[in-house]
Amino acid sequence: MAAFNQQSNPDQRPLTAKIQPDGRALSLKDCEAAGGYRAVRRALGTMAPGDVTQLVKDSGLRGRGGAGFPTGPKWSFVPMGDNAPRPKYLVVNADEMEPGTFKDRLLLEGDPHQLIEGVILAAYAIQADISYIFLRGEYVLAEQRLATAIAEARGAGLIGKNILGTDYSLEVHLHTSAGRYICGEETALINALEGRRANPRSKPPFPQVCGLRGKPTIVNNVETLCNLPHIVNNGTEWFKGLSLTPNGGTKIYGVSGKVKRPGLWELPMGTTARTILEEHAGGMRDGLKLRAIIPGGASTDFLLESQLDVAMDFDTVAKAGSRMGTGTMIVLDDQTCPVGMVHNLMRFFASESCGWCTPCREGLPWVEKILEAMERGEGQPGDLEQLSRHVTALGMGLTYCALAPGAMEPLGSGLKHFRDDFERHIRDKRCGWS
Amino acid sequence: MPTLYIDNKPHSVRDGLNLLEACLSLGFNVPYFCWHPALGSVGACRQCAVKVFQNEQDQRGRIMMACMTSASDGMRVSLDDPEVKAFRAGVIEWLMTNHPHDCPVCDEGGECHLQDMTVMCGHNYRDYRFPKRTHRNQNLGPFINHEMNRCIQCYRCVRYYRDYAGGRDFDAYGSNNRVYFGRHEDGVLESEFSGNLVEVCPTGVFTDKTQKSHYTRRWDLQTAPSICVHCGAGCNITPGERYGTLRRIRNRYNGEVNGYFLCDRGRYGYEFVNGGHRARLAMRHAEPGWLMPTAKPLVLPRVGALIAEGARAIGMGSPRASLESNYALRELVGPENYFAGTTAAEQHLTKTAIDLLWRGPAHTPSMREMGLSDAVLVLGEDLTNTAPRIALALRQSVLNAPMRAAAAMGIPDWNDGALRVALQDQKGPLFIAAADATRLDDAATETFRGAPDDIARLGFAVAHMLDPKAPEVPGLAGETRQLAERIAQKLAEAERPLVVSGTSLGSESILTAAAAVANALSTGTRRAGLSLMVPECNTLGAGLLGGGTLEEAAQAVADGGAEIVIVLENDLYRRAGRAIVDRMLSTAKHVLLIDHTLHETAARAEYFLPAATFAEGDGTLVNSEGRGQRCIQVFMPAGDVQEGWRWISELGAAAGRWAADKWANIDVIVEDMAASFPALQEVRNAAPLASFRIAGFKIPRQSHRYSGRTAMRAKMDVSEPGIPHDPDSPLTFSMEGFAGPAPASLASFFWAPGWNSVQSINKFQEEIGGALLGGDSGVRLIAPEAEPGTAEYPGTVPEPFVPRAGQWLVVPLHHIYGSDEMSMLSPAVAARAPAPYVALSPEDARLLGLSEGETAEISVDGQSRSLPVAVRAALPKGVAGVPAALPGTEPFALPAWGVIARRANP
Amino acid sequence: MLTTETKNEILAELAHSETNRMACIEALKIAQREHGWVSDEDLCEVARLLDLTPDEVDGVATFYNLIRRRPVGRNVILLCASVSCWVMGYVQLRARLLQVLGVELGQTTEDGRFTVLENQCLGACDHAPALMINDDLYHDVDPEQLGDILAKYA
Ligand SMILES: Cc1cc2nc3c(=O)[nH]c(=O)nc-3n(C[C@H](O)[C@H](O)[C@H](O)COP(=O)(O)O)c2cc1C
Ligand code: SF4
Ligand code: FES
Repeated sequence: MAAFNQQSNPDQRPLTAKIQPDGRALSLKDCEAAGGYRAVRRALGTMAPGDVTQLVKDSGLRGRGGAGFPTGPKWSFVPMGDNAPRPKYLVVNADEMEPGTFKDRLLLEGDPHQLIEGVILAAYAIQADISYIFLRGEYVLAEQRLATAIAEARGAGLIGKNILGTDYSLEVHLHTSAGRYICGEETALINALEGRRANPRSKPPFPQVCGLRGKPTIVNNVETLCNLPHIVNNGTEWFKGLSLTPNGGTKIYGVSGKVKRPGLWELPMGTTARTILEEHAGGMRDGLKLRAIIPGGASTDFLLESQLDVAMDFDTVAKAGSRMGTGTMIVLDDQTCPVGMVHNLMRFFASESCGWCTPCREGLPWVEKILEAMERGEGQPGDLEQLSRHVTALGMGLTYCALAPGAMEPLGSGLKHFRDDFERHIRDKRCGWS
Repeated sequence: MPTLYIDNKPHSVRDGLNLLEACLSLGFNVPYFCWHPALGSVGACRQCAVKVFQNEQDQRGRIMMACMTSASDGMRVSLDDPEVKAFRAGVIEWLMTNHPHDCPVCDEGGECHLQDMTVMCGHNYRDYRFPKRTHRNQNLGPFINHEMNRCIQCYRCVRYYRDYAGGRDFDAYGSNNRVYFGRHEDGVLESEFSGNLVEVCPTGVFTDKTQKSHYTRRWDLQTAPSICVHCGAGCNITPGERYGTLRRIRNRYNGEVNGYFLCDRGRYGYEFVNGGHRARLAMRHAEPGWLMPTAKPLVLPRVGALIAEGARAIGMGSPRASLESNYALRELVGPENYFAGTTAAEQHLTKTAIDLLWRGPAHTPSMREMGLSDAVLVLGEDLTNTAPRIALALRQSVLNAPMRAAAAMGIPDWNDGALRVALQDQKGPLFIAAADATRLDDAATETFRGAPDDIARLGFAVAHMLDPKAPEVPGLAGETRQLAERIAQKLAEAERPLVVSGTSLGSESILTAAAAVANALSTGTRRAGLSLMVPECNTLGAGLLGGGTLEEAAQAVADGGAEIVIVLENDLYRRAGRAIVDRMLSTAKHVLLIDHTLHETAARAEYFLPAATFAEGDGTLVNSEGRGQRCIQVFMPAGDVQEGWRWISELGAAAGRWAADKWANIDVIVEDMAASFPALQEVRNAAPLASFRIAGFKIPRQSHRYSGRTAMRAKMDVSEPGIPHDPDSPLTFSMEGFAGPAPASLASFFWAPGWNSVQSINKFQEEIGGALLGGDSGVRLIAPEAEPGTAEYPGTVPEPFVPRAGQWLVVPLHHIYGSDEMSMLSPAVAARAPAPYVALSPEDARLLGLSEGETAEISVDGQSRSLPVAVRAALPKGVAGVPAALPGTEPFALPAWGVIARRANP
Repeated sequence: MLTTETKNEILAELAHSETNRMACIEALKIAQREHGWVSDEDLCEVARLLDLTPDEVDGVATFYNLIRRRPVGRNVILLCASVSCWVMGYVQLRARLLQVLGVELGQTTEDGRFTVLENQCLGACDHAPALMINDDLYHDVDPEQLGDILAKYA
């Protein structure tokens, strides 16, 4: 169970309000007593599917899976009405395999019913018939808790045929992944659900129109969906009001690395990185200085100490030259080798490349090998140019999906910010850090 | 017609193309790997990158994959932009990081798409300094060699093998830069179309294993346009020769016929040309069973004299001999003495098929059109085994109907990845009625199993539902009626319905039923497709020439009238019962065989004249589409070998029948033939005349890089021989000649600067995947006479099949490897042939107390064989099957009633 | 050979799966539970149960990290190799673990007790370094405490 800081006011942190300090998950009964499934009753009882979509649009909710795509508009591409292709699907992206990211684990283990409620709301909005929760294979506890919660919800008529006596029906299935980072990419995820090799698919056509089994499909992140009950319960103005910036709501931020109190906190969207690091994570461990952070999972650009006052939301971090991504930052301290860190990241991306497109499949291992050589003291003049060439050539649009461009974010920014370290590795023929 | 601005120059292209197709069609060089004209785009390799600008003002542009981008009107594209060129060079560089530097020992070397693209992109210096990954190879059987280290992961193989050809024993394994393509374990690739991997793979991962055993570089091969002789489909091929032996067969693109692909029988059946069953010298019988080479000048005058003496000579033609050879024989012996070399039953089927095709109103589609059908009924054919390439075409046809729905979703037909996602397992209508399970069943909507008569009844029932004028089928079982209704409905709804049938079950009723369906569908402006499969490469041609039956010939000999029997390219023992052939050959005073291969009939011949195979001579074949296609001689054969019609020409001269120069070349005989047979008029246009020249030049059979010409004969003679004269075609046995595009019927070597691989075909098409420049080759000899809506329905509806106690209706079961005479003389094909067997339904096997593998005694028409039992779940009760024409089971004349029993203990 | 129980479990999975293929990954995971890996024989059996070809199933099996096609020991250690754990001492932890067990990465101890594999991010980044043994997650792992942890597994 991920550690979780409970200090703030529960009204200000709707996503984590029901998460218990002892790590236990609420039963359906306790959950309902705490306000769970109120939104489902309300939506299915009083709102048309289109109203739910409109509400989510109005709330300005943006996807928490990393890309920040507006959720309501994404749903509105799904064909509606009697002539829409069937079945339609709602898929929960609970694959969370981005290194340094552990926020969905908290929501999955801590309050599985909240997610299921979000699933029902989203599914109802797009009139999905079947929902799959695509869960990381390694999240064993989450799997158990989700399975229990699904069974409870089914038993209570919250999912299944004619939910709460309405004529809306929804099947919910839990799929546990056999493990690959690319499964988090939504079209690859769909292929994995179909029992295929998880190579991404070409877009267009987008899954909203032609997804799982060729049918309309929405893929949403766990945290995204967990916001829905609260938006339905409390309205859009409330939701926007939670945030410090125009990107509405709260955000679950996380910090890992050599800080005093690594962990996760649900905070107003737009809290600055410095606040998160210093107030919540307690600052650096004694004797260490912060050099840079990777703000939101492995595939985001380094931000330097001097950039920490950036408000952590989608738009502001982007303006600062990085991405908020998953909002879980990884701290690089002044006694850790940045080349080694980048090497570790590239090793991850190279091994997790699905092997479909050339730049990623062949380019990432090359990058990895150069960095490995540098670490071993076998770097050569020209290696940095070669790395830079890859940063350009594995850019967005040049590869088939966003995996390789994501990988280039820490590499490109690392080369820029830690040039000296890279050069020293080559010059001194050794890694000076170990 | 959208206008594209490519590097600022306007070009018009057809609607609905992607940028890659558009640029290639316009003649630009754009590198690519994962795209294939028949497989569409998936955007995996990233090699086809181009720069696209939003408008004239946009100076930065965006790099996009040409194969994944629709060519839309007004689009501004740059191929030369430095940034995109650098990116493309980078893609090659990546691919080369793990590619071995083994071109000199790689079978693909010199015709390698990867080599071409590497040069095209200008990648020539290696910066990558780390070790390459390596893989283990697999033994994939007798056809395909596997060398995985050369793989560049373009995914074409798996897309071709699985998605296109329907094979399921091949896949991609692993991930990241260790992706592997092959089988899950060593073993023979099951697909009948595996050989196309050789051409689909852009590197040397999958290469031709038979070629490997007598390897020759592409540029050292002598080639000519030719036609496959191993079934009636008439695929276009390019045989390659060196040092007097055939080294390989490659697909020869014909937009109307085989397109980009062949079947494995066609690709690997060629080794009979080189094999030990050939005889290359004229021979005379020394003593029974022993043919002895005899100088040609001794044989011809002797046989000539025999004929001249006035004894009645009869000729036995052949459906595997060319039109010209059959015609020549007919001229030599006279129409009354000319027999087609096949039994009455076989001839009757052929004649029925021809009559039905002539009559119409349904029309006979080309293979390309068959692939475009949107509802298909197969009546009584196991196409994968009787006309394999057509099965591959029909496998594509089932995508057409669902593709319309995908188009409505905005998915263009070239976007293969998206299409497969949108289509999932959806299939358009394909109904297969056959005696046993077929290898196309997995693509079928519904299948029907029945005895030939019941298959015919199903067909008639469908026809009657479509047009009440068609005869009614009395006593139809309810289930069959409902199936017929579903079939009729789907066919009626279709825009391009097609009925495919054929002679393989030996049933005239099936043929007439199939025609009835297609004709009933031909109303208004629609002519439905009717394709009738025939067994051999020139069955239809021989049928158009007519002639008596084998039985009549035997009678003529028995009557004592016919003393001389001249057999042309035919093993009579494969045609008819042993008794009748034995009697005929022993009664005749003189038997002359003109053939390229020694067989049982050869053993009974007094004289033998060595004929040319398809690769050694010129001739015209007519395929099941009624398309006349010319085989042009590939190489000068050794010994006395020459075309059958040339031997007959010389024989006629020796007999004093005509002047020695009667048929100086093929054009003269074709002219004569056309004069006697109006139906064969068009054969004159099957290929340009021998006198045809381009800019005064002949067309070379050898590539401009052909090597060793002065050295290859040096061990025999240091002086270089002159170029052999070819009287029959505008091709020369030389590397000199016109180097540009030749008319399709003369073109076998497709090369353009920078394009050494099979992909060079792009440069010779009117548009990518379309007709060859100047039009595809072949002439259509048959066109339906009746107008749509005027169908007549000849033939009678057979009674339902009733099993007989103690007897079985034995039907022939065809085998792609096994049922064709010549390909079985090729070791690689023979290795894939089944062992002889007798197939029984589970119920009948139980009845006989026989289980799988036990030996049964089967007797048909007085002949019997002991064969192991194969229990076939799909076979109808009361019907048994034996492999058609498989050495070891022939020569039963099937279908026929037979007796099957458990073999008494030996 | 898969046990009847395993086969029934796969068939049950198949029964509520929309298509056979969609049950493929789950079926492999079920089969893997028997020995910790999927042998060729088991793979073919899974294929038969799902009416897929072994090639199709193997294409899927070899794509995913958590399906193992080579033998493993009784207990499988998944050592998180991703960035947060790397920052927090993965290298030292790995060295210690391999030393204690006397194997290289990917190998199985001679007594067949442990196999050590690297895994990507276990999602325990705030308590790095982390590892999993079978289904049990251990975080904030101190190399010196490895002995105690390993002792729990026979
Ligand atoms: C390589 C790659 C990995 C991804 N992994 C995840 C993931 O583990 N979880 C997730 O929610 N989104 C992941 N995404 C983003 C998804 O593709 C998708 O955008 C997201 O699930 C949409 O949900 P949202 O709109 O609710 O954010 C990944 C994207 C890429 C390119
Ligand atoms: S960038 Fe290409 S190879 Fe990499 S994961 Fe995406 S599709 Fe696969
Ligand atoms: S040919 Fe376009 S990406 Fe491969």
